[in-house]
Amino acid sequence: METGTAKVIDKKVYTSPAAAVPPKRSSVKRFLKVFLARKVVVFSLFVLLSLVFVAIFAPLVAPYDPYYQDLTKSLQKPSMEHLLGTDMLGRDVLSRIIYGSRVSIAVGIVSVIIAGGIGMILGLIAGYFGGFIDSIIMRFMDAMMAIPMIILALFIGSALGGGLDSVMISLGIALVPSYARLTRGQVLSVKESDYVLAGTISGTSNFKNMFVHVLPNSLSPIIVLVTMNLGIAILAEAALSFLGMGINPPGAAWGAMVNEGYKYLMSQPVLSIAPGIAIIIVVLSFNIVGDALRDALDPRLRGRI
Amino acid sequence: MTSFIIQRLLQTIVVLFLVTIMVFTVMHMVPGNPILVLLGPSATKEQIALYTAQFGLDKPVLVQYFSWVSNVLQGDFGESIIFRQDIGELIATRLPITVFVGGLAYIISVVTGMTAGVIAAVKRGGFIDSLITITANLGMATPIFWLGILGIYLFSLQLGWLPVQGFTWLTVDLSKGIKQLIMPVLLLSTVPLAMITRQTRSAMLEVIQQDYIRTGRSKGLKEKVIIIKHALRNALIPVITLLGIQLGNLVGGSVLVEQVFNIPGMGTLLVQSMLQKDFLIVQSCVLIIATVVALCNLAVDIAYGFIDPRIRYK
Repeated sequence: METGTAKVIDKKVYTSPAAAVPPKRSSVKRFLKVFLARKVVVFSLFVLLSLVFVAIFAPLVAPYDPYYQDLTKSLQKPSMEHLLGTDMLGRDVLSRIIYGSRVSIAVGIVSVIIAGGIGMILGLIAGYFGGFIDSIIMRFMDAMMAIPMIILALFIGSALGGGLDSVMISLGIALVPSYARLTRGQVLSVKESDYVLAGTISGTSNFKNMFVHVLPNSLSPIIVLVTMNLGIAILAEAALSFLGMGINPPGAAWGAMVNEGYKYLMSQPVLSIAPGIAIIIVVLSFNIVGDALRDALDPRLRGRI
Repeated sequence: MTSFIIQRLLQTIVVLFLVTIMVFTVMHMVPGNPILVLLGPSATKEQIALYTAQFGLDKPVLVQYFSWVSNVLQGDFGESIIFRQDIGELIATRLPITVFVGGLAYIISVVTGMTAGVIAAVKRGGFIDSLITITANLGMATPIFWLGILGIYLFSLQLGWLPVQGFTWLTVDLSKGIKQLIMPVLLLSTVPLAMITRQTRSAMLEVIQQDYIRTGRSKGLKEKVIIIKHALRNALIPVITLLGIQLGNLVGGSVLVEQVFNIPGMGTLLVQSMLQKDFLIVQSCVLIIATVVALCNLAVDIAYGFIDPRIRYK
């Protein structure tokens, strides 16, 4: 009897370490199961993939040239010929919205890459080294955060002179503090881990320790923030373009289209309404995917990001 | 508590000092000479030199910075290059309007957001919860300038219930003032309201699962007492941190709302001066906005310290 019990205990002892480190495939499966659990997430992913497709193949998808002006056809109501009508210069609104997706996608991705790149490096340095360097970096981040994001982006954008590049850079810089703070917080907890300590003791350089051990283990909340910020950046770009400090005419940007249509609100409300709906659909999809990603990667982040 | 307040106050001063450096540096990166913008292309060299000296732009950058900061500390923001008016006076007429509209929007978003968040959490999974959550998600994804235009189309142009734009102080004309305020205030509260609702909901859901709530239920406490006295008080702690961040969103939103409704506040002043490249106003506006946000955050943090003792002993 006693031998039997011992065997069972032995078996438990033998199997537990394997159970503690599950094979990678099952963790990916579990992630996908949680991530794609809700239909709305799958639908949002579909919307975003379609958006990327439309943005890439805009010349093939758009029914007309978005810059072609035909003043004889200005301010036409939606019809079979022009599904969303034409604007004051006789340009096809649907084609302009399709081309506008390129601006939104480009601004979203590039500004998040700039913000993530700079913010992660600053957060990593601040969290890893601590002390004076940490104080300096984080106080600068606090100073940037004291200026509301959209105003900071406007401010930097006006200094850079407007246009697509300037919008991307100014939004990228305005979003830096959120990445720096998040990465720093992650690094502070990860750097206390035994494996980082082991690296330090075995003489691993600070650079290798930071980028090979600390950063990869701090990534999951950053991935969530990236997804969420894509929506925020697209909204902010629309706001900057609406204020006349974003994409210069005749470029097709959704925010600028809302502003242009504002003057014809009484006669042709679709000019302002249609690009606004495009913004909502895309931003909502990014937010829903971001939420699902957060729940699948680390539900504890709920409320923090 | 006193040392906590002093520490936070010192931090705020450091942050504001860094803001001045940042603002000044960015403004000096601007390509082109503001004097040329003022005088136009026909200006002679002598005129340019005269005006450059008058505005102190010929001095070394460090001297310019310190004279700007010391003047600002004495309440002197200088004279607007484009408007040819004292910037302090310009701001003094504009800032109260933004603070008033923003303050009303803030109160609405905090009260409604917390209430909606609690209701959604209590009715978790039901129709009301879905409705509140979907509306909050939509609120976060909708550009407020677009919503404003939609509101103008519907309530002003089609139904004729509300004026298209403008601002009147309530003391001047009460009914006109209220009518003009309704749309801007509601719109401005959209984003903070959506965020506070989401945050309150998730904080409440987390607290409701705690052991002390189960204990309360098992000893027969009324649901109302459990929710309001035990759950909400603890759920409020993370929500209050968010309130400081929402102030920033509110100020950012006011730039857009003021533009849509043509409200003569700080937002329109900022956008106007950016478009006309009057950088002395721009840097003063950004500095004032950062100061207001930093001071409000300081107040929120101090309130937080009072509510949660763990913070002040950290």
